[in-house]
Amino acid sequence: MSLPAAIAIGCSAGGVDALKTVIGGLDPRLQQTILVCCHSSSDTVDLLCEVLRRVSAIPVIEATERHSVRSGVVQLAPTGYHLLVESDQHFALSIDPRVNYARPSIDVLFSSAAEVWQATLIGVVLTGGNADGAAGLKRIRQLGGVAIVQSPAEAEVGTMPQAALDIAGADYCVSLSDIAPLLNRLCLA
Amino acid sequence: MDAPELENIEVDLFVQALQRRHGYDFSQYAPASLKRRVQLLTEQLECKTISGLIERVMHEQQLLPRLLEGLTVPASDMFRDPTMFRALRETALPMLASYPQINIWQAGCAHGQEVYSLAILLEEAGLYERSQIFATDLSERALQQAQEGIYPAREAQQWSRNYQASGGNRSLADYYSARYNLIKLDQRLRRHVTFARHNLVADGVFCEAHLILCRNVLIYFSNPLQSRVLSLFSESLVRGGFLCLGLRESLDYAPSSHDFAVFDEAQRIYRLTNPPERQHP
Repeated sequence: MSLPAAIAIGCSAGGVDALKTVIGGLDPRLQQTILVCCHSSSDTVDLLCEVLRRVSAIPVIEATERHSVRSGVVQLAPTGYHLLVESDQHFALSIDPRVNYARPSIDVLFSSAAEVWQATLIGVVLTGGNADGAAGLKRIRQLGGVAIVQSPAEAEVGTMPQAALDIAGADYCVSLSDIAPLLNRLCLA
Repeated sequence: MDAPELENIEVDLFVQALQRRHGYDFSQYAPASLKRRVQLLTEQLECKTISGLIERVMHEQQLLPRLLEGLTVPASDMFRDPTMFRALRETALPMLASYPQINIWQAGCAHGQEVYSLAILLEEAGLYERSQIFATDLSERALQQAQEGIYPAREAQQWSRNYQASGGNRSLADYYSARYNLIKLDQRLRRHVTFARHNLVADGVFCEAHLILCRNVLIYFSNPLQSRVLSLFSESLVRGGFLCLGLRESLDYAPSSHDFAVFDEAQRIYRLTNPPERQHP
Protein backbone atom coordinates (compact mmCIF):
# COMPACT_ATOMS: atom_id res chain seq x y z
CA MET A 1 0.00 0.00 0.00
CA SER A 2 1.22 3.51 -0.80
CA LEU A 3 2.14 5.78 2.07
CA PRO A 4 -0.80 7.69 3.58
CA ALA A 5 -1.13 11.27 2.33
CA ALA A 6 -3.44 12.64 5.01
CA ILE A 7 -4.80 12.03 8.49
CA ALA A 8 -8.22 13.31 9.57
CA ILE A 9 -8.98 13.32 13.29
CA GLY A 10 -12.38 13.87 14.92
CA CYS A 11 -13.30 14.29 18.58
CA SER A 12 -15.84 15.90 20.88
CA ALA A 13 -16.29 15.75 24.65
CA GLY A 14 -12.90 15.10 26.25
CA GLY A 15 -11.27 15.86 22.93
CA VAL A 16 -8.76 18.50 24.01
CA ASP A 17 -6.81 16.17 26.29
CA ALA A 18 -7.03 13.34 23.79
CA LEU A 19 -5.75 15.63 21.01
CA LYS A 20 -2.84 16.73 23.19
CA THR A 21 -1.83 13.10 23.55
CA VAL A 22 -2.21 12.27 19.86
CA ILE A 23 -0.81 15.45 18.30
CA GLY A 24 1.89 15.66 20.97
CA GLY A 25 3.03 12.16 20.08
CA LEU A 26 3.40 12.70 16.34
CA ASP A 27 6.84 12.42 14.80
CA PRO A 28 8.11 15.79 13.48
CA ARG A 29 9.25 14.03 10.31
CA LEU A 30 5.65 13.34 9.24
CA GLN A 31 4.94 14.75 5.79
CA GLN A 32 1.22 14.04 5.88
CA THR A 33 -1.55 16.61 5.89
CA ILE A 34 -3.22 16.47 9.31
CA LEU A 35 -6.78 17.74 9.70
CA VAL A 36 -8.63 18.07 12.99
CA CYS A 37 -12.32 18.59 13.70
CA CYS A 38 -13.05 19.10 17.39
CA HIS A 39 -16.52 20.07 18.65
CA SER A 40 -16.21 22.87 21.12
CA SER A 41 -18.31 25.40 22.95
CA SER A 42 -15.80 28.23 22.58
CA ASP A 43 -16.19 30.96 19.97
CA THR A 44 -12.94 30.19 18.14
CA VAL A 45 -10.27 27.51 17.95
CA ASP A 46 -7.52 30.00 18.85
CA LEU A 47 -7.12 28.56 22.32
CA LEU A 48 -7.10 24.96 21.10
CA CYS A 49 -4.43 25.85 18.53
CA GLU A 50 -2.37 27.43 21.29
CA VAL A 51 -2.76 24.44 23.61
CA LEU A 52 -1.74 22.04 20.86
CA ARG A 53 1.20 24.16 19.78
CA ARG A 54 2.70 23.76 23.22
CA VAL A 55 2.81 19.98 22.93
CA SER A 56 3.27 19.51 19.19
CA ALA A 57 6.49 19.06 17.26
CA ILE A 58 4.49 19.85 14.12
CA PRO A 59 3.11 23.34 13.31
CA VAL A 60 -0.56 23.83 14.29
CA ILE A 61 -2.81 26.34 12.49
CA GLU A 62 -6.46 27.06 11.83
CA ALA A 63 -7.53 26.03 8.32
CA THR A 64 -8.20 29.02 6.04
CA GLU A 65 -10.76 28.86 3.25
CA ARG A 66 -9.37 28.83 -0.32
CA HIS A 67 -5.85 28.10 0.91
CA SER A 68 -4.09 24.88 -0.10
CA VAL A 69 -3.96 22.11 2.44
CA ARG A 70 -0.43 21.84 3.76
CA SER A 71 1.60 18.75 4.40
CA GLY A 72 3.45 18.38 7.67
CA VAL A 73 1.05 20.81 9.33
CA VAL A 74 -1.87 20.24 11.72
CA GLN A 75 -4.88 22.21 10.47
CA LEU A 76 -7.99 22.72 12.62
CA ALA A 77 -11.55 23.35 11.49
CA PRO A 78 -12.69 26.83 12.62
CA THR A 79 -15.50 26.91 15.17
CA GLY A 80 -18.94 27.44 13.68
CA TYR A 81 -18.09 26.31 10.14
CA HIS A 82 -18.01 22.97 8.38
CA LEU A 83 -14.57 22.34 6.93
CA LEU A 84 -14.38 20.65 3.54
CA VAL A 85 -11.53 19.80 1.20
CA GLU A 86 -11.97 20.41 -2.52
CA SER A 87 -10.66 17.87 -5.02
CA ASP A 88 -7.83 20.29 -5.93
CA GLN A 89 -6.80 20.13 -2.25
CA HIS A 90 -7.97 23.57 -1.19
CA PHE A 91 -10.03 24.22 1.91
CA ALA A 92 -13.64 25.33 1.76
CA LEU A 93 -15.96 26.39 4.58
CA SER A 94 -19.73 26.24 4.87
CA ILE A 95 -22.37 27.37 7.34
CA ASP A 96 -24.90 24.80 6.20
CA PRO A 97 -27.05 23.43 9.01
CA ARG A 98 -25.46 21.42 11.78
CA VAL A 99 -24.86 17.75 11.11
CA ASN A 100 -25.31 15.51 14.17
CA TYR A 101 -25.94 18.74 16.12
CA ALA A 102 -22.41 19.82 15.24
CA ARG A 103 -20.73 22.47 13.13
CA PRO A 104 -17.96 21.76 12.34
CA SER A 105 -19.11 18.21 11.76
CA ILE A 106 -16.63 15.35 11.65
CA ASP A 107 -18.80 13.53 9.11
CA VAL A 108 -18.61 16.50 6.74
CA LEU A 109 -14.81 16.72 7.00
CA PHE A 110 -14.28 12.95 6.76
CA SER A 111 -16.59 12.53 3.76
CA SER A 112 -14.97 15.26 1.70
CA ALA A 113 -11.45 14.19 2.71
CA ALA A 114 -12.30 10.57 1.84
CA GLU A 115 -13.14 11.58 -1.72
CA VAL A 116 -9.95 13.56 -2.10
CA TRP A 117 -7.47 11.07 -0.65
CA GLN A 118 -9.38 7.79 -0.90
CA ALA A 119 -7.02 4.92 0.00
CA THR A 120 -4.31 7.27 1.23
CA LEU A 121 -6.42 8.75 4.03
CA ILE A 122 -6.37 7.67 7.66
CA GLY A 123 -9.44 8.55 9.72
CA VAL A 124 -9.18 8.72 13.51
CA VAL A 125 -12.16 8.89 15.89
CA LEU A 126 -11.43 9.81 19.49
CA THR A 127 -13.50 10.43 22.62
CA GLY A 128 -16.91 12.11 22.30
CA GLY A 129 -20.50 12.13 23.42
CA ASN A 130 -22.39 11.70 20.14
CA ALA A 131 -22.30 9.72 16.91
CA ASP A 132 -20.67 12.32 14.66
CA GLY A 133 -17.79 10.83 12.69
CA ALA A 134 -19.24 7.34 12.35
CA ALA A 135 -20.79 7.86 8.91
CA GLY A 136 -17.70 9.73 7.76
CA LEU A 137 -15.41 6.96 8.95
CA LYS A 138 -17.58 4.47 7.08
CA ARG A 139 -17.12 6.55 3.95
CA ILE A 140 -13.34 6.58 4.48
CA ARG A 141 -13.30 2.78 4.69
CA GLN A 142 -15.59 2.40 1.66
CA LEU A 143 -13.09 4.37 -0.38
CA GLY A 144 -10.17 2.28 0.79
CA GLY A 145 -8.85 4.43 3.63
CA VAL A 146 -7.72 3.25 7.04
CA ALA A 147 -9.85 3.65 10.19
CA ILE A 148 -8.43 4.05 13.67
CA VAL A 149 -10.80 4.25 16.63
CA GLN A 150 -9.89 4.95 20.22
CA SER A 151 -10.91 2.05 22.42
CA PRO A 152 -14.33 3.13 23.80
CA ALA A 153 -13.72 1.47 27.14
CA GLU A 154 -10.84 3.78 27.98
CA ALA A 155 -12.08 6.92 26.18
CA GLU A 156 -13.12 9.78 28.42
CA VAL A 157 -16.55 9.53 26.73
CA GLY A 158 -17.03 6.29 24.83
CA THR A 159 -20.15 7.10 22.80
CA MET A 160 -18.42 8.47 19.73
CA PRO A 161 -15.80 5.76 19.28
CA GLN A 162 -18.43 3.11 20.01
CA ALA A 163 -20.73 4.55 17.35
CA ALA A 164 -17.81 4.56 14.93
CA LEU A 165 -17.12 0.88 15.67
CA ASP A 166 -20.80 -0.02 15.32
CA ILE A 167 -21.36 1.81 12.05
CA ALA A 168 -17.98 1.83 10.33
CA GLY A 169 -15.87 -0.75 12.10
CA ALA A 170 -12.16 -0.13 12.37
CA ASP A 171 -8.83 -1.38 11.11
CA TYR A 172 -7.31 -0.55 14.46
CA CYS A 173 -9.09 -0.10 17.80
CA VAL A 174 -6.41 0.95 20.26
CA SER A 175 -5.90 2.89 23.46
CA LEU A 176 -5.23 6.61 23.32
CA SER A 177 -1.53 6.32 24.11
CA ASP A 178 -1.05 3.88 21.22
CA ILE A 179 -2.60 6.10 18.53
CA ALA A 180 0.34 8.45 17.87
CA PRO A 181 2.90 5.60 17.71
CA LEU A 182 0.55 3.77 15.32
CA LEU A 183 0.18 6.85 13.11
CA ASN A 184 3.96 7.36 13.10
CA ARG A 185 4.47 3.75 12.09
CA LEU A 186 1.87 3.87 9.30
CA CYS A 187 3.05 7.22 7.98
CA LEU A 188 6.82 6.79 8.11
CA ALA A 189 6.89 3.20 6.91
CA MET B 1 -15.17 3.98 -12.20
CA ASP B 2 -15.64 4.52 -8.46
CA ALA B 3 -18.74 5.90 -6.77
CA PRO B 4 -17.47 9.44 -6.04
CA GLU B 5 -16.42 9.82 -9.68
CA LEU B 6 -19.87 8.71 -10.85
CA GLU B 7 -21.49 11.21 -8.51
CA ASN B 8 -19.23 13.99 -9.73
CA ILE B 9 -20.48 13.34 -13.25
CA GLU B 10 -24.07 13.40 -11.99
CA VAL B 11 -23.50 16.70 -10.18
CA ASP B 12 -22.07 18.20 -13.40
CA LEU B 13 -25.09 16.99 -15.34
CA PHE B 14 -27.41 18.36 -12.66
CA VAL B 15 -25.74 21.77 -12.92
CA GLN B 16 -26.08 21.67 -16.70
CA ALA B 17 -29.71 20.64 -16.49
CA LEU B 18 -30.52 23.45 -14.08
CA GLN B 19 -28.78 25.98 -16.29
CA ARG B 20 -30.26 24.91 -19.61
CA ARG B 21 -33.73 24.14 -18.28
CA HIS B 22 -34.15 27.04 -15.84
CA GLY B 23 -31.33 29.51 -16.56
CA TYR B 24 -29.61 29.30 -13.17
CA ASP B 25 -25.85 28.87 -13.30
CA PHE B 26 -24.22 27.06 -10.38
CA SER B 27 -21.09 26.08 -12.28
CA GLN B 28 -19.00 28.61 -10.35
CA TYR B 29 -20.08 27.40 -6.90
CA ALA B 30 -17.42 25.73 -4.74
CA PRO B 31 -17.77 22.03 -5.66
CA ALA B 32 -17.56 20.28 -2.28
CA SER B 33 -20.44 22.17 -0.64
CA LEU B 34 -22.49 22.14 -3.82
CA LYS B 35 -22.18 18.37 -3.99
CA ARG B 36 -23.32 18.01 -0.40
CA ARG B 37 -26.33 20.20 -1.07
CA VAL B 38 -27.26 18.27 -4.20
CA GLN B 39 -26.93 15.01 -2.27
CA LEU B 40 -29.13 16.39 0.49
CA LEU B 41 -31.79 17.53 -2.00
CA THR B 42 -31.68 14.08 -3.58
CA GLU B 43 -32.44 12.55 -0.19
CA GLN B 44 -35.06 15.09 0.85
CA LEU B 45 -36.92 14.82 -2.45
CA GLU B 46 -36.75 11.04 -2.12
CA CYS B 47 -34.87 10.43 -5.33
CA LYS B 48 -32.72 7.28 -5.51
CA THR B 49 -29.85 9.00 -7.31
CA ILE B 50 -28.81 12.45 -8.45
CA SER B 51 -29.78 11.28 -11.94
CA GLY B 52 -33.28 10.75 -10.56
CA LEU B 53 -33.23 14.33 -9.31
CA ILE B 54 -32.17 15.52 -12.77
CA GLU B 55 -35.28 13.96 -14.28
CA ARG B 56 -37.39 16.02 -11.89
CA VAL B 57 -35.36 19.16 -12.66
CA MET B 58 -36.23 18.64 -16.31
CA HIS B 59 -39.91 17.79 -15.99
CA GLU B 60 -41.30 19.44 -12.82
CA GLN B 61 -41.39 23.18 -13.32
CA GLN B 62 -42.93 23.74 -9.88
CA LEU B 63 -39.91 22.16 -8.19
CA LEU B 64 -37.62 25.09 -9.04
CA PRO B 65 -38.20 27.23 -5.91
CA ARG B 66 -37.50 24.22 -3.71
CA LEU B 67 -34.29 23.46 -5.64
CA LEU B 68 -33.03 27.02 -5.41
CA GLU B 69 -33.71 27.11 -1.69
CA GLY B 70 -31.90 23.82 -1.13
CA LEU B 71 -28.91 24.90 -3.19
CA THR B 72 -28.42 28.33 -1.70
CA VAL B 73 -29.83 28.91 1.76
CA PRO B 74 -27.41 28.42 4.65
CA ALA B 75 -28.21 28.38 8.35
CA SER B 76 -27.95 31.73 10.10
CA ASP B 77 -28.54 33.43 13.42
CA MET B 78 -29.51 36.86 14.65
CA PHE B 79 -26.39 38.83 15.58
CA ARG B 80 -24.17 35.94 14.49
CA ASP B 81 -20.62 37.05 15.35
CA PRO B 82 -21.65 39.67 17.93
CA THR B 83 -18.20 41.28 17.79
CA MET B 84 -18.85 42.26 14.16
CA PHE B 85 -22.18 43.85 15.06
CA ARG B 86 -20.50 45.64 17.94
CA ALA B 87 -17.91 47.05 15.56
CA LEU B 88 -20.67 48.18 13.20
CA ARG B 89 -22.55 49.78 16.08
CA GLU B 90 -19.55 51.52 17.58
CA THR B 91 -17.37 52.49 14.64
CA ALA B 92 -19.04 52.16 11.24
CA LEU B 93 -22.53 53.47 11.97
CA PRO B 94 -21.28 56.73 13.56
CA MET B 95 -19.36 57.37 10.34
CA LEU B 96 -22.37 56.54 8.19
CA ALA B 97 -24.43 58.93 10.28
CA SER B 98 -23.05 61.85 8.27
CA TYR B 99 -25.05 60.80 5.19
CA PRO B 100 -28.55 62.24 4.91
CA GLN B 101 -29.79 58.93 3.50
CA ILE B 102 -28.13 55.58 4.24
CA ASN B 103 -28.57 52.78 1.72
CA ILE B 104 -27.69 49.31 2.88
CA TRP B 105 -27.54 46.23 0.71
CA GLN B 106 -27.82 42.91 2.45
CA ALA B 107 -26.70 40.56 -0.33
CA GLY B 108 -27.79 36.97 0.18
CA CYS B 109 -30.17 37.63 3.07
CA ALA B 110 -31.35 33.99 3.34
CA HIS B 111 -34.07 33.76 6.00
CA GLY B 112 -33.53 37.33 7.13
CA GLN B 113 -31.99 36.92 10.58
CA GLU B 114 -29.32 39.46 9.76
CA VAL B 115 -31.79 41.88 8.18
CA TYR B 116 -33.68 42.18 11.44
CA SER B 117 -30.43 42.38 13.41
CA LEU B 118 -29.37 45.27 11.22
CA ALA B 119 -32.72 47.03 11.54
CA ILE B 120 -32.44 46.80 15.33
CA LEU B 121 -28.92 48.19 15.20
CA LEU B 122 -30.05 51.16 13.10
CA GLU B 123 -33.10 51.73 15.27
CA GLU B 124 -30.96 51.86 18.41
CA ALA B 125 -28.44 54.16 16.71
CA GLY B 126 -31.30 56.55 15.85
CA LEU B 127 -30.53 56.17 12.14
CA TYR B 128 -33.31 53.93 10.97
CA GLU B 129 -35.68 56.69 9.80
CA ARG B 130 -33.17 57.72 7.16
CA SER B 131 -32.01 54.25 6.26
CA GLN B 132 -33.14 51.94 3.53
CA ILE B 133 -32.21 48.26 3.61
CA PHE B 134 -32.28 46.32 0.35
CA ALA B 135 -32.38 42.65 1.29
CA THR B 136 -31.79 40.39 -1.69
CA ASP B 137 -31.57 36.69 -2.26
CA LEU B 138 -31.68 34.27 -5.15
CA SER B 139 -34.32 32.14 -3.47
CA GLU B 140 -37.95 33.25 -3.60
CA ARG B 141 -38.79 30.94 -0.73
CA ALA B 142 -36.02 32.34 1.45
CA LEU B 143 -37.29 35.87 0.77
CA GLN B 144 -40.82 34.88 1.76
CA GLN B 145 -39.57 33.48 5.05
CA ALA B 146 -37.39 36.52 5.61
CA GLN B 147 -40.42 38.78 5.19
CA GLU B 148 -42.44 36.75 7.67
CA GLY B 149 -39.67 36.93 10.27
CA ILE B 150 -40.81 33.79 12.07
CA TYR B 151 -38.21 31.57 13.68
CA PRO B 152 -38.08 28.65 16.12
CA ALA B 153 -38.29 29.85 19.73
CA ARG B 154 -35.45 27.53 20.70
CA GLU B 155 -33.10 29.99 18.96
CA ALA B 156 -34.20 32.94 21.08
CA GLN B 157 -31.91 32.31 24.01
CA GLN B 158 -28.72 32.19 21.96
CA TRP B 159 -29.84 35.14 19.85
CA SER B 160 -30.52 37.18 23.00
CA ARG B 161 -27.01 36.44 24.22
CA ASN B 162 -25.64 37.45 20.82
CA TYR B 163 -27.65 40.67 20.94
CA GLN B 164 -26.31 41.55 24.38
CA ALA B 165 -22.76 40.72 23.30
CA SER B 166 -23.19 43.03 20.30
CA GLY B 167 -23.67 45.92 22.72
CA GLY B 168 -27.46 45.98 22.77
CA ASN B 169 -28.74 47.39 26.04
CA ARG B 170 -32.36 46.46 25.76
CA SER B 171 -33.78 42.96 25.66
CA LEU B 172 -34.07 41.18 22.33
CA ALA B 173 -37.53 40.11 23.52
CA ASP B 174 -38.62 43.75 23.07
CA TYR B 175 -38.40 43.08 19.34
CA TYR B 176 -40.35 39.87 19.01
CA SER B 177 -43.49 38.19 20.21
CA ALA B 178 -43.44 34.53 21.20
CA ARG B 179 -46.24 32.10 20.59
CA TYR B 180 -46.12 28.33 21.07
CA ASN B 181 -42.66 27.34 19.88
CA LEU B 182 -42.16 30.24 17.50
CA ILE B 183 -41.05 33.84 17.71
CA LYS B 184 -42.13 36.54 15.27
CA LEU B 185 -40.01 39.64 14.78
CA ASP B 186 -41.77 42.99 15.16
CA GLN B 187 -42.94 43.80 11.66
CA ARG B 188 -42.31 47.50 12.26
CA LEU B 189 -38.65 46.58 11.86
CA ARG B 190 -39.47 45.95 8.20
CA ARG B 191 -40.71 49.44 7.47
CA HIS B 192 -37.50 50.45 5.69
CA VAL B 193 -36.66 47.06 4.22
CA THR B 194 -37.19 46.20 0.58
CA PHE B 195 -36.97 42.49 -0.17
CA ALA B 196 -36.04 41.61 -3.74
CA ARG B 197 -34.75 38.77 -5.84
CA HIS B 198 -31.18 39.19 -7.02
CA ASN B 199 -28.72 36.61 -8.30
CA LEU B 200 -25.10 37.50 -7.52
CA VAL B 201 -23.97 35.13 -10.27
CA ALA B 202 -25.82 36.85 -13.08
CA ASP B 203 -27.34 40.17 -12.02
CA GLY B 204 -25.69 43.58 -11.97
CA VAL B 205 -25.49 46.60 -9.72
CA PHE B 206 -28.53 46.76 -7.49
CA CYS B 207 -28.34 50.16 -5.83
CA GLU B 208 -25.92 52.84 -4.70
CA ALA B 209 -24.97 51.58 -1.27
CA HIS B 210 -23.19 53.05 1.74
CA LEU B 211 -22.90 49.68 3.43
CA ILE B 212 -23.02 46.16 2.02
CA LEU B 213 -23.33 43.08 4.19
CA CYS B 214 -22.56 39.84 2.45
CA ARG B 215 -21.51 37.48 5.18
CA ASN B 216 -20.74 33.84 4.56
CA VAL B 217 -22.17 33.97 1.05
CA LEU B 218 -18.95 34.15 -0.94
CA ILE B 219 -17.58 31.11 0.92
CA TYR B 220 -19.79 29.07 -1.40
CA PHE B 221 -18.27 30.61 -4.54
CA SER B 222 -15.18 29.67 -6.54
CA ASN B 223 -12.31 32.19 -6.66
CA PRO B 224 -13.34 33.78 -10.01
CA LEU B 225 -16.95 34.19 -8.90
CA GLN B 226 -15.87 35.60 -5.53
CA SER B 227 -13.79 38.17 -7.37
CA ARG B 228 -16.60 39.00 -9.77
CA VAL B 229 -19.03 39.64 -6.92
CA LEU B 230 -16.50 41.83 -5.10
CA SER B 231 -16.24 43.93 -8.30
CA LEU B 232 -20.01 44.21 -8.28
CA PHE B 233 -19.81 45.47 -4.70
CA SER B 234 -17.16 48.05 -5.54
CA GLU B 235 -19.35 49.29 -8.41
CA SER B 236 -22.28 49.55 -6.02
CA LEU B 237 -20.63 51.27 -3.07
CA VAL B 238 -20.04 54.98 -2.67
CA ARG B 239 -16.40 55.95 -2.13
CA GLY B 240 -15.60 55.12 1.49
CA GLY B 241 -18.59 52.79 1.68
CA PHE B 242 -18.35 49.77 3.98
CA LEU B 243 -18.31 46.09 3.13
CA CYS B 244 -18.81 43.40 5.79
CA LEU B 245 -17.84 39.80 5.09
CA GLY B 246 -17.93 36.69 7.29
CA LEU B 247 -15.25 36.39 9.94
CA ARG B 248 -13.50 33.44 8.28
CA GLU B 249 -13.60 34.68 4.69
CA SER B 250 -10.36 35.01 2.81
CA LEU B 251 -9.66 37.59 0.09
CA ASP B 252 -6.23 36.17 -0.71
CA TYR B 253 -7.32 34.92 -4.14
CA ALA B 254 -9.56 37.81 -5.16
CA PRO B 255 -7.76 40.41 -7.32
CA SER B 256 -10.74 42.74 -7.11
CA SER B 257 -10.31 42.98 -3.33
CA HIS B 258 -7.61 45.59 -4.08
CA ASP B 259 -10.40 48.14 -4.48
CA PHE B 260 -10.90 47.84 -0.72
CA ALA B 261 -8.89 48.83 2.34
CA VAL B 262 -9.09 46.99 5.61
CA PHE B 263 -11.15 48.92 8.16
CA ASP B 264 -11.32 46.24 10.85
CA GLU B 265 -9.31 43.13 10.02
CA ALA B 266 -10.65 40.83 12.75
CA GLN B 267 -14.27 41.73 11.99
CA ARG B 268 -13.71 41.59 8.20
CA ILE B 269 -14.96 45.12 7.63
CA TYR B 270 -13.58 46.87 4.56
CA ARG B 271 -13.98 50.29 2.92
CA LEU B 272 -14.02 51.08 -0.77
CA THR B 273 -10.95 53.20 -1.45
CA ASN B 274 -10.47 52.76 -5.20
CA PRO B 275 -13.86 53.03 -6.84
CA PRO B 276 -13.81 51.59 -10.36
CA GLU B 277 -14.84 53.64 -13.39
CA ARG B 278 -18.59 53.78 -13.12
CA GLN B 279 -20.34 51.87 -15.89
CA HIS B 280 -23.69 53.28 -14.95
CA PRO B 281 -24.96 56.84 -14.57
